[in-house]
Amino acid sequence: MGSNLEVNKKGAITALPKTRKTLKQSTKDHISGYLYISPFFIIFGIFGLFPIIFTAYISFHKWNILGTKEFIGFKNYQLLFTDPLFWKALGNTFSIWVISTLPQLFIALILAFVLNSAFLKGKEFFRLAVFLPNITSVVAVAIIFGAIFGETYGVLNYMLSFLGIEPINWTGSYFGTHVAIATMVMWRWTGYNTIIYLSALQSIPKDLYEAATIDGANKMQQFFYITIPMIRPMVIFTVILSTIGGMQIFAEPLMFAGAGGGALDQGLTMTLYLYEEAFVRSSFGYSSAIAWVLFLIIVLFSLVNLFVTNRIKSAD
Amino acid sequence: MNEVGVKWYSPGKILTYFMLIAISFLSIFPFYWMFVIGSNHTSAINKFPPAFLPGANFFQNAQNVFINIDFFKAIMNSVITSTVITVAVLFFCSLAGFAFAKLEFKGKNWLFVFIIATMMVPAQLGIIPSYMIMAKLGWIDSLNAVIVPAVVNAFGVFWMRQYIGATIPNELLDAGRIDGCSNFKLYYAVVLPSVRPAVATLGLITFMNVWNDFLWPLVVLKDRSVHTIQIALRTLNGAYYQDYAMILAGTFMATLPILIVFLMFSKQFIAGLTEGSVK
Repeated sequence: MGSNLEVNKKGAITALPKTRKTLKQSTKDHISGYLYISPFFIIFGIFGLFPIIFTAYISFHKWNILGTKEFIGFKNYQLLFTDPLFWKALGNTFSIWVISTLPQLFIALILAFVLNSAFLKGKEFFRLAVFLPNITSVVAVAIIFGAIFGETYGVLNYMLSFLGIEPINWTGSYFGTHVAIATMVMWRWTGYNTIIYLSALQSIPKDLYEAATIDGANKMQQFFYITIPMIRPMVIFTVILSTIGGMQIFAEPLMFAGAGGGALDQGLTMTLYLYEEAFVRSSFGYSSAIAWVLFLIIVLFSLVNLFVTNRIKSAD
Repeated sequence: MNEVGVKWYSPGKILTYFMLIAISFLSIFPFYWMFVIGSNHTSAINKFPPAFLPGANFFQNAQNVFINIDFFKAIMNSVITSTVITVAVLFFCSLAGFAFAKLEFKGKNWLFVFIIATMMVPAQLGIIPSYMIMAKLGWIDSLNAVIVPAVVNAFGVFWMRQYIGATIPNELLDAGRIDGCSNFKLYYAVVLPSVRPAVATLGLITFMNVWNDFLWPLVVLKDRSVHTIQIALRTLNGAYYQDYAMILAGTFMATLPILIVFLMFSKQFIAGLTEGSVK
């Protein structure tokens, strides 16, 4: 672009009408550029940035539905850290995240690897079948799995009875609720992550493997020294994405465990707690404090995951 | 593996197919199960062992759904919000993507990094002030509250910018400029026709996301007349007496449109997803 301008300046000495036209191009690009990207910044400013900052402002107030507000400093945050329900919500969220994400990403990796095998017939069908759960809504997933995990009439307990396992009260216990919700998450997202990994696998140049084979590296060595390092960026991407998604889990516990997260609060996640405080109990100040703490936890936890995922690479 | 790979029945291959078939079964079974329960009478589900085959009661269950919720109104609301948002997202995001990929203006790189950074911020962080804004605008119980904030998003801008940057040669745009095309004409006549696969993929992702969105519509759409299908389903599920046959018939009917849309475009979609992220 810089060279273009020079030409324009030179042109200015020789031909005047032409100059006006070419000079305009850079100005035009500036005007069009800012104009074309402005919708994002306008919408984000009003419905994204302003609410985020205002949430921080509200969190320092005692603020109820009528809009009466009283500045109370860090009181909401202090209250939060001594609130047993908050710690419960935090624990539930992490518990569900761990039992849904770790197996999920592991299975997705294996599936992607298998789907990438050269000999495989019916690739299109398997890719489609694996991805299909991702198109359903969380509400539909929660309803379907609610029926599958039912205590007396659920098909899962029926199948377990063949193995001699007594009916499990999925909705009434910590363990059962967390496993059921984690299953919903896994069912909906494993295929998505598989497709992401598959795309990463397909982007690895074939000659890398050929060269390794010539050098006498076996399949196992190729997997650890070529495949894993090459798809690391995508692994990081999926880990961060499922961290953000997992920390925000809301619809599944609301639908499966009921309002308030069930009798034992076994399904109370952080976002559900935030929602209940704001839109059921109308304590906007307290709820805003939850929102900010949740955000900080997400950032912190994403950084930890990033660090851990990076370590895996340097370890081998 | 290489040497035995010649035979079609090598243990590795059999294991592979077995695993894929098992996973495919697990993926598809809940869809099937949804229809099995939705087409049986509730008493058939409450039997032990439960029914494993579709029954003949689907239309009766559907009738019950229509009595309990305004099903078609909810579908209509979902179709309206999903369509309007998708069209708007495709327009605004491809336009912004074009600007970031092909136009030179000051601060471009920083603005783009800023847009990517916004993707990290969870939506709920601003949910309370957003609700207050909607209340001020009088948009509670109006589809505007769902549509307007969603007409452009960071992911779409990122996606389109990557694709336009990788596929449109600068020479093509220069040639258009020499012919006297304005920037908008370039976008409309040169860029847009060449990035159709990326537009199709983004369109489908957006449509499905809006169709399936739950938290925000739940907060701002309280009146039954403006419920989207997801909120209506939740109402159906939250009834005091849980008639599972009816609920799952409703869930099946609510999932069917998105399933059809997806299967129609699935080939391009999965190809677009696998190729798109490579770039």
